[in-house]
Parts: sequence; structure tokens; C-alpha cells
Amino acid sequence: MRREGSAFQGLGVVVLKELSDHLTSTRMRVLEWLVVLVALAALYGAIQQIKDTTAEDPFLFLRLFTTSRDPLPSFVSFISFLVPLMAIGLGFDAVNSEYNRRTLSRILAQPIYRDALLFGKFLAGLITLAISLITLWLLVVGLGLLLIGIPPGAEEIGRSFLFLLATIIYAGVWLALALLFSVVFRSAATAALVTLGIWLLLTFIWPVLAGAFAQVIAPIDPRYTALGLPTPATSEWEQILSRLSPTTLFAEVVVALLDPTTRSLGPIYLSQMQGAVLGAPLPLAESVLIAWPQTVGMIATAILLFVIGYVTFQRQEVRA
Amino acid sequence: MSGENVIEARGLTKEYGQATAVDHVSFTVGRGEIFGLLGPNGAGKTTTILMLLGLTDISSGEVSVLGFDPAREPLSVKRRVGYLPDTVGFYDQLTAGDNLRYTARLIGFNKAEREKRIADALDRVGLADVAEHRVSTFSRGMRQRLGLAEILMKGAQIAILDEPTSGLDPHATAELLAIIRGFKSEGVSVLLSSHLLERVQSVCDRVALFSGGRIALMGSVAELGREVLGGGYVVDIEADGAGLAERLALIPGVSGVEKTGIGKLRLHADRDVRPEAAAEVVAMHGRLKYLGVQEPSLDAIYTRYFEDKPREDRAMNAGARHAA
Repeated sequence: MRREGSAFQGLGVVVLKELSDHLTSTRMRVLEWLVVLVALAALYGAIQQIKDTTAEDPFLFLRLFTTSRDPLPSFVSFISFLVPLMAIGLGFDAVNSEYNRRTLSRILAQPIYRDALLFGKFLAGLITLAISLITLWLLVVGLGLLLIGIPPGAEEIGRSFLFLLATIIYAGVWLALALLFSVVFRSAATAALVTLGIWLLLTFIWPVLAGAFAQVIAPIDPRYTALGLPTPATSEWEQILSRLSPTTLFAEVVVALLDPTTRSLGPIYLSQMQGAVLGAPLPLAESVLIAWPQTVGMIATAILLFVIGYVTFQRQEVRA
Repeated sequence: MSGENVIEARGLTKEYGQATAVDHVSFTVGRGEIFGLLGPNGAGKTTTILMLLGLTDISSGEVSVLGFDPAREPLSVKRRVGYLPDTVGFYDQLTAGDNLRYTARLIGFNKAEREKRIADALDRVGLADVAEHRVSTFSRGMRQRLGLAEILMKGAQIAILDEPTSGLDPHATAELLAIIRGFKSEGVSVLLSSHLLERVQSVCDRVALFSGGRIALMGSVAELGREVLGGGYVVDIEADGAGLAERLALIPGVSGVEKTGIGKLRLHADRDVRPEAAAEVVAMHGRLKYLGVQEPSLDAIYTRYFEDKPREDRAMNAGARHAA
């Protein structure tokens, strides 16, 4: 059965309304301040560290993002920690708040489809996150310029810009997850708790579990252990399993993009090392190629989560 | 679309798994008519409304709203039909005007038309001076009126109102009913649902009494009254004059006279005998203090009808309740 009209009728209106809600909300202001303060702290640590070392480094500017100084983690680790929290904070009550305010049936009685409402909410959340991340990125680049005093090269700008894009995609994954649970659970508190629980699981517990599961699937070979080497089959399984977590995917993308010397994201085989100049940086295009599967993985995860949320929402009764 | 019916439903059915929330309901609503869906909570009124709007799937049966099929052409239906949900909600942090602006943009009015329609609608429901106040400061009655303003702003041909008067004080109810009558005078058809029978009795042209997902009775209140209460008019009269009761009993059509108080009489008749009764009082130089005919009350009809029904109906009622 073919539906009449476009599924995206009213999409722009929904996006603008949600966007203005986000940008004027107290929640957003708190999240932004949190990110800015944390970023400043990480940047301060990184700059201290860079000033102390003053080593010859063709990619000094990228060190801004990745260098850490105890007790502060690097900017990148802060980001990978905070972006999911921001995304979940923006998305966990997107749909269920419409139920609870009893606005949903009134809005859906207007000539729009549910598609426009859900997609509009996702887009508005993503745009909000993109705005804050771009601001943050400009802040870091600008402060870095002022404090280090060395202008970044074109490739450094390119790499850090791609890092920004990857971060926005990563935010999209968590936003889609939060949106999914805001559809599934009528109570915003339940949705927030479940989403945060999954985030904790995937970020902190899953890497440990992945190792344990890998050993169950492919037991450690004592011959490798005797040589002090990891068992290749076990490592491979561990990597496959740990890549189920978007956090792992994002970390790998970041390593490939911000550290030009990264040649491979998995175990390296001798065949791959033939003719390689160790420690030599790869061209930007090659780094992008390395990060590509992970990036696609993140995009696919976001789409999959959104589609599950979409189907659930379509089948839901509108009455509160 | 045949004739002047704006809504035609035939054998409308909604099943949730094993339970049937709405069971082969058929009714029509004419242009400019106020049609009431009445019945207890959980009788299937809201589900019927959602099916008319295409907001929930129809299990079986046919429905046509202004000639459109809500399941296939929901946008055409929703563009022409205004809906006030049960306990309507608005975005509390926005002003009344901004809430309507959002809806108006979803409908697709351009800016000039939007502002004009919003101003007119808010004026009609008496909210013009609080247009720039946040909805969080609004009382329940004001929210309901804002919901009606939305329908007015939309220029809907049909207004579907789900429990518009529930939880309102008598004054707010009267205001709301006045606005609903205003719809009728503009040729807008109104379908309203309620479990408060006596409140909506005064505005409805025809009603359908829902019970356990089915329409138990349908027709105008007077028709239902005759059908269920066994017909007959009850005329109350308060006058003085000796032997008045005896003289009134002689009026053709009067089947009984009963004394209900000092100087108060109640006539049971098969027609409206007020003119004759007044003439009798005047003829014997009595003083007429009160003369009125009792309209059949929906409450009475409802109670009487379901008293006669066997208990199985009530069991079905309970089964459908989860859907409310």
C-alpha cells in the first residue's frame, strides 16, 4: 500500500523547532560548559607536555589532541568519554517526553507522518552536537595556535578536521541509541538509565569481556605463550569482538587519523611490514583508508539503531 | 461520499490481540452536525477516534472521512480535521502563540496567513491577551480552549474532540460548550466523546452510546428517551388554585397527575401539554409560578438501558478497558 505524499513533509519545521529547544535548554548549556572546561583542562595538560619535550615532530599540532599529562587524560580520551554523554543527554527523552507531555497525538494529528517527527528529532540532535563539537574544535585549534605559536600544516588541519567528522559520526551512534530507547521506554528516567548502562557496558566492561570470550572461542595456544607471544587466533577474535563496541571503532579511527605513523589497526603480520619504513608517517589518503572500515561501521551502527527505533515508533500506539 | 455525510463508518473494528476494543461500529456524521460518542471509560470511544484520524490501524471495516480513507490518505484527512486529544498537552516552555505557530508551520501556512489565523483563533476562544504567556501558567480550561483555538486556526471542516469537558469546572465547561456550538454555526461538524452524559447532552444533535466496544444506542436524545424510557412527557407545574389537579387531569393526553409538593404538580402525558396546562391555570385565575417540560436525560436513558442488560455486557466492558 502506497502512502500519499512525502514522508518528510514537515521535516524542516520539526528540525527547526527541536533545534531551538535544544539550543535554549539549560541542559545544553550545562553540557557545553562541561565540555569546554574539560577540553581546556586537557589542552592545558597537553601544551605543558609539548613545551617540556620540544622534540622535532612534523605533526606537533596533532599532539595537541593526543598528548596527555598526568593526572589529566588527553583531549581525545576526554572527547570519547564526553561525546556519548552529550548525545545521550540530548536524546534520551526525545520521544517519550512527547508522550508524557501529551503533545504527541496532537502533533501527529497534523498533516505529517511519524517519519518526519522522528527523523527531525535525530537531525536536530545531530546538528546541535555538530555545532558544539565544531565550536570546541575551533576553540582547541585557536588556543593551540596561540599557545604553541607554530601554525599547523595543511595536512594537520585536514587530519584534525577528519577527526572532527569522525567525532560527529560517533556522536550520531549514541544519539541513535538514546533515541531508540526514548521510543521503547515511556519513562524518560528508565530510558536514560538503560542508555547509560549500555554505554558503560560497551565502553568499560566490553573490552574486558571481549578478551574473555575470545579465549573461550579460540583457546590460547601454549606454544605461543612459551615464546611470549599472543596466540594469533585469540587476538583476532578479541579484536573482532571488541569492535562490536562503537567506542573501540572510534578509538581506532582516531588513532589512524591523528597518528600518521599508524599502519594497521590489527595485529601486524610480517608480510605487511615488507618494505615499510618504520616510524615514517603515511600520507593522509592512506590513513583515511585504514580508518575507513571503522567509519563505515559507525555509520552503519547509527543507521541500524535509527531504523530499529523507527520501526518501533511506527508500530506504537499514539495514545498516552 | 454520499449525501452530506462527512464521516461514514461501516463495521469499524479494532482488535488488540485477543481483545476487541471496537466491535463492528457503524455510524455517520452529517455536515454541521454535533455527534456525541458517549459511554464509560474503556468503551472504545478513543480507539474509534484514532481510527478516524488514521493514527491507529483499522483491523476491519471501512471508514471514509470527507471522502478520504484515513488509512491510505492520512495527510488529506489530517489537513481537514482538527483533533483535540483527551487531556491535550502543549509545550509548556513555549507561549500559547508559539505553540500554535509550530502547528501552523506543520500544516504549512505561510507567515502572513499564520499570524492572522492565530490571532483570530486566540481571539475567538478568549485567549488573545495571554497569547504571549507561557502555557505552563495556563489552567486546564485555558489549555482546552487553546486546543480548540488550534482547530479554529486550522480551519478544520470536522472537529474531533475527545473528552473536551472532563476535569473542567462548570464555568469552564460552559465556555467550552459555547465555543463548540460556535463550530456548528459555521458549518463545522463536531464529533465529541464524553463519559459525562449530562454535560454534553445539551450540545449534541445525535449521540451514540458506546458499551463494550459496540454502539448500544444511536439517535437524538429525544428519540433515545422515547425508545428506552418508554416515551411520554413529564411536565412540571407550580401554580395555586383549588381543584387544579383535577382540571389538569381532564386535558386530553394526560395520563396521570401527581402531587410533588405544595402547589407543585407533575403531569405525565403522551405529548407536550404545556400550552393547555397554562390555559387551565389562567382560566381559573390561578397564579402560574413555574411550567416546564422535562427533557429526557441521557443519564436516565443510560442507566435504564444498562439496568436491563444482562451482566455479560459488563464483563465485556471490563475486557476492553485496557485499551482506554
